[in-house]
Amino acid sequence: MTDEPPLVKIRGIKLEGRSDETWNPIINGVDLTLARGEVLGLIGESGAGKSTLGLAAMGYTRDGVRISDGTVEFDGIDLLTASAAIKRDLLGKRIAYVAQSAAASFNPAHKLMEQHVEGPVQHGVNDRGSSEEDGIELYRKLRLPNPDEIGFRYPHQVSGGQLQRAMTAMAMSCRPDLIIFDEPTTALDVTTQIEVLASIRDIVEQYNTAAIYITHDLAVVAQMADRIKVLLKGDEVETADTRTMLSAPTQEYTKSLWAVRSFERPKKPAVSTGAVPVISVQNVDAAYGKVPVLYDVSFDMHSGRTVAVVGESGSGKSTTARCITGLLPPTAGQIMLDGEVLPADYRKRSKDQLRQVQMIYQMADTALNPRMSIGQIIARPVQFYLGLTGAEKRKRVDALLEEIELEPTEYYNRLPSELSGGQKQRIGIARALAAEPKFIICDEVTSALDQLVAEGILRLLARLQDQLSLSYMFITHDLATVRAIADEVVVMKDGRVIEQGDKDEMFRPPHHAYTDLLLSSVPEMDPDWLSNLLAERGVDNIGDAAVDKM
Amino acid sequence: MIWFVAALLGMAAIAWVFRFAGQTVTGNAPRFRDMPYGVAYGYVLGTVVVLWLAWAYMQGLSEDTAIANKFFFLRIAIEGFIIFAIAAWLFRILGRTIGTAWSRKMFRSMPLTASFGILTILIYAILAIFAPAFAPYGQEQIIPGVAANIVPGGDVALGGNPDFPLGTDQIGRDIMSRLIYGAQNTVGIAFATTLLAFLLGGTFGFLAATLGGWLDQILSRLVDVLMAIPSLIFALLLMTIASVWAPQLGIPLTVFMVLIIAVIDSTRVFRLARAVGQNIVVMDYIEAAKLRGEGLGYLVFKEILPNATAPLLAEFGLRFCFVFLTIAALSFLGVGIQPPLADWGTMVRDLGGFVNYAQFAPLAATAPLLAAGAIALLTVAVNFVVDWMLHKSSGLKE
Amino acid sequence: MGNVLTIILQRLALGALTLLIVSIVIFVAVNLLPGDFAQNILGQGATPEAVDSIRRDLGLDQPPVTRYFDWLGGVLQGDLGTSFAQANFASFTGTDSGATTVAAQIAPRFANTMFLAMVTAIIAVPLSITLGVLAALYRNSVFDRAANITTLSSISSPEFFLAYILILFLAVLNPILPSLSNIYEGMAFSERLQKSLLPALTLTLVVTAHMMRMTRAAIINLLASPYIEMARLKGLSPMRVIVKHALPNALAPIINVIALNLAYLITGVVVVEVVFVYPGIGQLFVDSVKIRDIPVVQACCLIFATAYILLNLTADIMSILSNPRLRHPK
Repeated sequence: MTDEPPLVKIRGIKLEGRSDETWNPIINGVDLTLARGEVLGLIGESGAGKSTLGLAAMGYTRDGVRISDGTVEFDGIDLLTASAAIKRDLLGKRIAYVAQSAAASFNPAHKLMEQHVEGPVQHGVNDRGSSEEDGIELYRKLRLPNPDEIGFRYPHQVSGGQLQRAMTAMAMSCRPDLIIFDEPTTALDVTTQIEVLASIRDIVEQYNTAAIYITHDLAVVAQMADRIKVLLKGDEVETADTRTMLSAPTQEYTKSLWAVRSFERPKKPAVSTGAVPVISVQNVDAAYGKVPVLYDVSFDMHSGRTVAVVGESGSGKSTTARCITGLLPPTAGQIMLDGEVLPADYRKRSKDQLRQVQMIYQMADTALNPRMSIGQIIARPVQFYLGLTGAEKRKRVDALLEEIELEPTEYYNRLPSELSGGQKQRIGIARALAAEPKFIICDEVTSALDQLVAEGILRLLARLQDQLSLSYMFITHDLATVRAIADEVVVMKDGRVIEQGDKDEMFRPPHHAYTDLLLSSVPEMDPDWLSNLLAERGVDNIGDAAVDKM
Repeated sequence: MIWFVAALLGMAAIAWVFRFAGQTVTGNAPRFRDMPYGVAYGYVLGTVVVLWLAWAYMQGLSEDTAIANKFFFLRIAIEGFIIFAIAAWLFRILGRTIGTAWSRKMFRSMPLTASFGILTILIYAILAIFAPAFAPYGQEQIIPGVAANIVPGGDVALGGNPDFPLGTDQIGRDIMSRLIYGAQNTVGIAFATTLLAFLLGGTFGFLAATLGGWLDQILSRLVDVLMAIPSLIFALLLMTIASVWAPQLGIPLTVFMVLIIAVIDSTRVFRLARAVGQNIVVMDYIEAAKLRGEGLGYLVFKEILPNATAPLLAEFGLRFCFVFLTIAALSFLGVGIQPPLADWGTMVRDLGGFVNYAQFAPLAATAPLLAAGAIALLTVAVNFVVDWMLHKSSGLKE
Repeated sequence: MGNVLTIILQRLALGALTLLIVSIVIFVAVNLLPGDFAQNILGQGATPEAVDSIRRDLGLDQPPVTRYFDWLGGVLQGDLGTSFAQANFASFTGTDSGATTVAAQIAPRFANTMFLAMVTAIIAVPLSITLGVLAALYRNSVFDRAANITTLSSISSPEFFLAYILILFLAVLNPILPSLSNIYEGMAFSERLQKSLLPALTLTLVVTAHMMRMTRAAIINLLASPYIEMARLKGLSPMRVIVKHALPNALAPIINVIALNLAYLITGVVVVEVVFVYPGIGQLFVDSVKIRDIPVVQACCLIFATAYILLNLTADIMSILSNPRLRHPK
């Protein structure tokens, strides 16, 4: 730190949010200092208050949120007492914002360029003509395809990753001193994310813009930030230089965050030849109406093993699961259970066949009936499939609750809304177990959860598999999860299986170009990872550009 | 007209001065500094309206009958408003102190409008159920030896009779009794109609949402067609036909009315039930139940219905208002609830002419307004409660 | 653009189909009537010759399908049939004044109703949209709450209650406007306007409340969207945020609100016309219902339904046209 005054100085800020007519604390007195040209990473789990804090650095609060204490200074200007006119003059001109969802944050009624030049023209920074030229220049620097032309399209005509870069360009239009990035890549696929990350990092470095980068992804923040601040439930845990933070975190919470990524299961012996797979997907084609979505998908899943099906959104992972459960009868091919052909439509399957194939969903919120108690939810399959009633049923439910590490007497009568996200997901697991199945489909079961909680779920699933010889089909887009839990990996793209095999083989080159791209696009905890990757592959061989070449 | 414009302009000037003075006096406190001009104008306008109401109220108490008559209704309205507000406030305090923990919590977060609504609905319900106990005379009773058209108020000097505080109608029936019985007839019939509409629309709506396919297609297209005809017009058309059938079949016309309105209204319920059902059907827990092999009955009654009660309850309130107003309109037009049953819509039609005497005999004009007001009061009350319920449930989602 | 055109043509075709089906529904409903129209009209004491003559005049001796197509064909040429009441009158007097056709009865009254609806729309639309936008901008303020209570009360009140209140204050206690709307042909425009003003104000109260609430909801929905937050965070003036960013997107919902409420007017007009004895189509409809003049009832129903369907169709098409996603396909 030099003795130059900081660009942003927040002292003891407290923020409160209103719910049910009362004000509840979101941030309880946090300090934040940001020097010119510095990038600060703000990380924390959902509900840590990082977005609220980021917006407060702009002197802005959303409806239903208020600043109850503290000061926010930007370049010596007190933002909390400044008049509306003074704040308006700063916003957009010297402080800019890049939102999480670019698709929702661009006005659908105007062209991109129209919205791009609005800031500079309204703030009197530039006239319309030169703003447009500058916009095209920024689009070029952010490596958008067709930079001369893309600005004259409407937001819905441009893809998500491109919109995110266009929004970064818009934030840059007045060459601000500070940009707040609010989870700019969270909604994107990994191959698109890497490209946006590279562009953002370049442009921020080039104009020496200070930035606050908000995210929940440690690996991402490691690439972007000079310094990292960790938040937990509205309190600061620690702040340190990125490298120091990654190599030597001091607080227990931070250490546990770091440790999540180290969970890995021991390698299992290979499947004996001739073993009958629990579920065998054989040459399955499927279509939604007349639109074909799956082409010749085949793979086997064996007892006691986990097959991870990976791919980006729209690759056909979940559709394959729908074919296996019988919700979407395939147009060709078949599904075998223990060597016997399953009827294509679930309505034609026997009760026992239905029992053998269970499912755990991504969103535990929508997977549990909010009007049923936990006991009722788990008891239903017990009664339905096993015919247990009365005390026997209750005993079985209690045993299942203990199995998922929840105290039966405490949770039996609760409603799903009274549980945390991780607990809800455990109930979903218990409901699947209650049927005593051989095979469970886990559809992105950890992607809606915070990392620590997700790790707990993964460990639970692993233990249950060892105890009960369950076979899992694990649908995910997160390769860290794959590494942690999978025995075999199936890579899907555009409704086809691109590559499949043993996990260790899959993580070792050489393999299919797409698998390679997918694997290499997953950010790692090394701060030099992005730089190294760019040096190795070049900017044209990452992201959508690389996918298009295939 | 000129005076009106001048007043508006004058207020505009006052608003500017008000804001400027505020800024100067408080040393540019944020409250005044960032106050848009429109808000300042709003404050001034509000103050002027309140002052005018106060002046009008004082005029209503004037010694001069001509002036007092002129402001009589405004005075009554203001007094009524204040009385209702106080009653609602007391009722809310009552609700906060007695009852279960759940009901106390409910009353704590309740706005005054909602507590007014609940109180009013309670009063109506009691009146409707125990009408014979409250009404001094029968609803069809033409009291012998009593004049027709006795003026309300019970003041003999003004043509009233203390035995008939609200006067008598054109053939000498006690208006108060008829108003009370009206609660039973009008509200009861509307309630039954709404129930029937819900039974019809709800059942088919959930079936369409759960089963989908051709059943959904057929029902939805049918409802589209029925909804393409404005409901009051359609009801009038069908009532014309029913009025020919009714005497031939020996079934009271009112029964036909209930059926007709219930069918017309069930189309709206169908739409909502189907939409709500569809939102629930796409949930993963429904998929889980389907994959478990559960039957249609379990799906509808155990999984879907419990999750649809909140929106359906709110819709029930709105539908009830709608049905109630439709019946009142039909009765007012002379084709709804048939005499001699006491009914508010019919009473308004029969007594409506008295409004024209308001300038000289304000009390005479109150009778039709009371009947019309009774209708309005109940629908306002139900709407307030529904509005609060909807607000609460939308707040929970955020 | 071809895309939008296809969608609009589809909607138009669907609208035409709906109208056709509605006409069948109305026709079938009317034919559910028991017994014989002619007998009903003339009463039990009529001579068989008179009954026969009326039956032939009205085409009641034809099978229903033939009668439907005759009726529909007539409607398409502007011939709505013969009024029972007038036919009855004519058959007794043996004269034909020319007013026996339904079309001749309806035409002037239809014009009157349209006039009333126009006056209402001219007052109500700008008023309610202004108030709706204001309520949305100052939401949760005293003004918003007062507006909420007032509009809710106004929606909840039956039309005749509002009508009598207005008569009470504006015609009886303060004789500013006439309480009877006896309009006739050849009346001066200003006088006509003055006589239509009270019914128009009553309708305005009802429609404004609806429109204002819907406008408010549409705008609030819009103001919560991320791109409005983005516009604010770009440091744009509140005026510019509204005009440039909110309004273009609010247009579709607001147009929708207007069309839906004009459609609502159609129902409201019946009761209000009766209260003010306004010689419009609503009053004619109610009178015909009471004397069971079936051809007139049938024709009025068809006209109301047509107007209703057309307005809803307009709303539909307007919102398609204002959607940038459809106007500028990928």
